[in-house]
Amino acid sequence: MSNHLLRMSGVNKSFPGVKALSEMQLDLGYNEVLALVGENGAGKSTLMKLLSGIYVPDSGKFEIDGEEVVIAGTKHAQELGISIIHQEFNLMQDLTVAQNIYIGREPRVAGLFLSERRLNRKAQFLFDKINIDLDPKARVGDLTVAKQQMVEIAKALSYKSRILIMDEPTAALNDAEVATLHELIRNFTNEKTGVIYISHRMDELKAISNRISVIRDGEYIDTVDTAETTMAEVINLMVGREISGNQRPEAISHANDVVLKVTGLCTKDLLENVSFELHKGEILGFAGLMGAGRTEVARALVGADRISSGTIELNGNPVTIGNPAVAANLGLGYLSEDRKHLGLMLERDVKDNIALSSLKMFSRMGVLDNRAMKATATEYIDKLRIKTPSSAQAAKNLSGGNQQKIAIAKWLVKDCDILIFDEPTRGIDVGAKEEIYALLNDLAAQGKSIIMISSELPEVLRLSHRIAVMCEGRLTGFLSNAEANQVNIMALATQNVEDATASNPASAQR
Amino acid sequence: MTLVKETAQASKIASDKKSEMATRIRASFQQLLAFASLLALVVFFSVASENFYQAGNLSNILLSTVVTGLLALGTTFVIITGGIDLSIGTGMTLCSVMTAWFMTQLGFPMILGVLAGVAFGALIGSVNGFFVAVLKIPSFIATLAMMMVAAGLALVISGTKPIYTNEVAGFQKIFALGKSIPGLVIPNAVFILFAAAIIAGLILSKTVLGRYTYSIGSNEQATALSGVNVTKWTVLIYTLAGSFTGLAGVIATARLNSAQPAGGMGLELQAIAAVVIGGTSLQGGKGSIIGTVIGALIMSVLTNGLTLMSIPQEWQQVAVGVVIILAVYLDMMRRKKTAK
Repeated sequence: MSNHLLRMSGVNKSFPGVKALSEMQLDLGYNEVLALVGENGAGKSTLMKLLSGIYVPDSGKFEIDGEEVVIAGTKHAQELGISIIHQEFNLMQDLTVAQNIYIGREPRVAGLFLSERRLNRKAQFLFDKINIDLDPKARVGDLTVAKQQMVEIAKALSYKSRILIMDEPTAALNDAEVATLHELIRNFTNEKTGVIYISHRMDELKAISNRISVIRDGEYIDTVDTAETTMAEVINLMVGREISGNQRPEAISHANDVVLKVTGLCTKDLLENVSFELHKGEILGFAGLMGAGRTEVARALVGADRISSGTIELNGNPVTIGNPAVAANLGLGYLSEDRKHLGLMLERDVKDNIALSSLKMFSRMGVLDNRAMKATATEYIDKLRIKTPSSAQAAKNLSGGNQQKIAIAKWLVKDCDILIFDEPTRGIDVGAKEEIYALLNDLAAQGKSIIMISSELPEVLRLSHRIAVMCEGRLTGFLSNAEANQVNIMALATQNVEDATASNPASAQR
Repeated sequence: MTLVKETAQASKIASDKKSEMATRIRASFQQLLAFASLLALVVFFSVASENFYQAGNLSNILLSTVVTGLLALGTTFVIITGGIDLSIGTGMTLCSVMTAWFMTQLGFPMILGVLAGVAFGALIGSVNGFFVAVLKIPSFIATLAMMMVAAGLALVISGTKPIYTNEVAGFQKIFALGKSIPGLVIPNAVFILFAAAIIAGLILSKTVLGRYTYSIGSNEQATALSGVNVTKWTVLIYTLAGSFTGLAGVIATARLNSAQPAGGMGLELQAIAAVVIGGTSLQGGKGSIIGTVIGALIMSVLTNGLTLMSIPQEWQQVAVGVVIILAVYLDMMRRKKTAK
């Protein structure tokens, strides 16, 4: 028997105009979790699509258990024991859990009719075996993201897969859910199976992987043992250059004007008595677990959700913000966590996206001045170093980092002084993250005030002058950058309601 | 220890049962709501017009539901996949013409003629399916084109004149107006509609084809990645929908004992309205046959009742429009609530 569960070598794949993979190699051992890392556009997705039979390679050799195989189509990949969990879920929201898992393989009566009972029993048997808690009859659309992730995994395992490929499985999970997922992965791996694990979250790789393979620009770079490597080394391999590590911002002077003051903000669904101040030039980080209410604070501030009580003061003047248009006119810009759906018009070009919020500026009597729009767009493409061939490029063709920059440019053109970033670096690779960080710091230095919501603690720690922590719709505390660390943030983020009421007034006074 | 475990398990099963019940009740609520509106309409018109709640009139209502009802049944499948079928109105007309043509010009015996009519509908459906699934033309465009093609062909084949089927013995009686159950004034066509509805309901809820109908509408790409041949199943779903169009054409012919080549345009919108009132989402993934049947009944009760109240036809159309908005808005509100 071979030493390798899966091995590929000399794999090439080109698309019209682009060489996506060049002489790619990879090997996965038995009982191993192999992490695969690389910047966006490095070729990870292409690699995964080759393995799952969606793409056909131009050339190259694939071996499973030492035997050469040619992967012909998605169904064949499944038969070979390769299962892939895509980054974007491939679930049918309107079907039940069991229906989703066995779609295309449902137990039939007389070849044509379905047996719901056998289907549910089969699913329950699977859940018991792999030890996950799911209701076969629940509608998938009603489940949380984490549970949906579990459905994806159960589905992959139901194929009796031996090679499980996970593409950023934790992108939308909180820490507790990540732990559950890792437990599942450990249960899955044995002397016959292996996992390829793609992630942008460096801390996770340390926790789960045995080895880390790094690819860059479609080429194989290196494979390292996780235990013997620091994450800084991995990042350097990924980006091919040194990245400055852990500098933290200086504390901001509290003599600076308070630009935004929120008092006793409540919403019907979640928020309770949220109060905070934002100073000029300050980056205020919002930390907390998924569902703690950070996004809801942002939405309430810009008028996307209705406020049931509480006041908002801008530069000392009380304001009523009925909808995001009012917020934008008051200089309050919100950059959604869901760039693709809520932040950009993907089909439109860079220029149109940048000008969208300020069309009044670019129009006379309702007629648009394209030349002025183009000039402004070009100016910001330059200023923010947006990588695009021109201002006429469609937004969907840009990378995540550059799309984020367009969204930022949009609010800068609108001349917003307060910017609310919700997960500014979600789905953005390490190199581009650094650029976004630098941009946020620049903006703050220029006197813009920033609220940054992020689920990545290192990011919060790295950028925020002050950190507000939320739990279950309440602010459970503020930490200055100097005193904050992952431990005390998590402590506040998991503080339950009774503790919170006891300690909140004290910490909110700061 | 085991005892504790068992009781825990038992209580888990009990709570599972409970939540299942809750889900079922919630799911049937939409039907309940639609059904309640139907009843409310019936009660209202019974009070408003003494001619409404008469066996003869109720039978009329049912009879007038048959053709749109059959069209709505088929198109429910298409709409659940996230598609739309605009060709069913004139498609029905073409099937009607073909049925009459098969019987009179080719001399098909009655049963064979009926089957050929249904099969012709299936053929139209499969062509739609081919355009949508294989050529990837958006269903709106593909079936809009088919709507025009069918309208034209019906006129061409009939020579723009009605084709009479008086000579086909028993056709009108058996497939439309005959009353097979003694003591009941309900004509056969109505029973055919209900039989078709039951079959459609079974196909949608109990068969593989039904499951893929929901699955494709819910997430086509995911369905394909799960190893389901989406192209093949989409063609089959459109073919099935087409066979209901064919059946509608047969019944329409039998009822008038003739094929009228100029009509049909606009019926597709009534059928779609019935489907939507019945709670099927145009986004795909959601819907039911029972909802569609109730939706179709609401439409014809409304038209019939308003006519009896001597409301002019132009106002009836306004009323139907208002009902569609109300039904869809209430459904959206309900979904919002259950989602929370």
